[in-house]
Amino acid sequence: MGVDLRALYEAVSFGKAQIVRQLVQQAVDEDVPPHEVLNNYMVPALQEVGARFERGEAFVPEMLIAARAMQVGVGILRPVMVSGGGKPMGKVLIGTVQGDLHDIGKNLVAMLLQGAGFDVVDLGTDVPADKFIEAVRLHSPDVVGLSALLTSTMLKMREVINGLENNGLRGQVKVMLGGAPLSAKVADEFGADAYGRTAFDAVSLVQQWVS
Amino acid sequence: MIIIGERINSTNGKIRAAIQSRDLEALRAEGTLQAEAGVHYLDVNAAELRDEEPASLAWLVPFLQEVSGLPLAIDSPSPQALAAGLAVHQGRALLNSITGESERYRGVMPLVREFQPRVVALCMDDRGMPRTAEERVRVASNLVTGLTNAGIAEEDIFLDPLVKPIAVDPSFGNEVLDSIQALRRELPRCHITIGLSNVSFGMPKGKWLNRAFLTLAMGRGLDSVFCDPADQHLLAYLRATRVLLGLDEFGEEYLEAARAEKLAY
Repeated sequence: MGVDLRALYEAVSFGKAQIVRQLVQQAVDEDVPPHEVLNNYMVPALQEVGARFERGEAFVPEMLIAARAMQVGVGILRPVMVSGGGKPMGKVLIGTVQGDLHDIGKNLVAMLLQGAGFDVVDLGTDVPADKFIEAVRLHSPDVVGLSALLTSTMLKMREVINGLENNGLRGQVKVMLGGAPLSAKVADEFGADAYGRTAFDAVSLVQQWVS
Repeated sequence: MIIIGERINSTNGKIRAAIQSRDLEALRAEGTLQAEAGVHYLDVNAAELRDEEPASLAWLVPFLQEVSGLPLAIDSPSPQALAAGLAVHQGRALLNSITGESERYRGVMPLVREFQPRVVALCMDDRGMPRTAEERVRVASNLVTGLTNAGIAEEDIFLDPLVKPIAVDPSFGNEVLDSIQALRRELPRCHITIGLSNVSFGMPKGKWLNRAFLTLAMGRGLDSVFCDPADQHLLAYLRATRVLLGLDEFGEEYLEAARAEKLAY
């Protein structure tokens, strides 16, 4: 009797960390390819939570417990993937722009991305443009995520994007923007690659870009 | 308990549209609804109008004062916008808000000196959102020193410990309740206020969380609140809590409200 991966999907989507731990371990023991477990079951389960959230059927705490359950599973899968020589899952550099000290939305995005198996470098809040640029040089992320809650600080995002451009780094990274005052239109004006309305959008964007 | 009606806020799409199109009837309705519910201040926020914010406040402030007969809480992070609102306000406004962040502090303090308003002081500074009661007391003490030096009495300062959404972290409720208690002990003459609905952000049926949190916070020393006065249950809890804390002597106001059918459900 093989591992019930459908049950793993359910367990992730309802945030049942203990069941996730058990089923992922069983999958590893049975030599189910870890990428298959992650990409065909666990990540779609997290996206299901995102879809429920969009429809107003799931709420922030449920998204956090699903992310926690994901992290437990990814923690078991990661060493297997690394030893199996699989490609790394992608790295995201994230931060709240200069002048803005709000971190709740940014932290949610970081938590979900980690849950989905990505490496996250979190620069924190009130991050000046040159610090983002230095960090892109240092960490070579695939994606840069910028957050702002205020209409006034949102303008700093353009500075970061221009800075990447001027330093010849813009071609190496995708840039996504999020936060209350943002919109697809503003993201486009600023020269970003995408706007994420919810934390789940951020996960979908990164998956789309990195895979 | 000083109640500040939070409904006229441009982060709400309908309100933003009403301000943009100068829909005076819609805005009048919001003003009178809150005045009739018994608020002491109307909060007015036009920050989402970006470049149009100062000009919007310049006509909104006199209009809302006229329809409500109330003083306003002029709500903006921008000194220019605050100045535009304060300049046309009749009587003493509530400036919402100053923080300990150096840039904001430098920008807002001249307005405090010039207009001598009552002031909402958010307990945050350059170190970011506070995480403990101690951090909040430290930031609040610095702000109170600065404000009193600028001529504002402690009784006219409203300390806001900053409420974070309980959906994100279950410890956020106690964090603020402990902070209210510490602020009440350390700075007993100041008012303490919160943006109540922040606590339920991201949760379904948030009004229940708001009502419960108001009661808990009043028990620790909260004496002012930014809230939606259209929630009659919330106001009923507020009145009941005042009786239970001995703040409504002989339950006089509670009894009056009961006779006026304000406690019906």
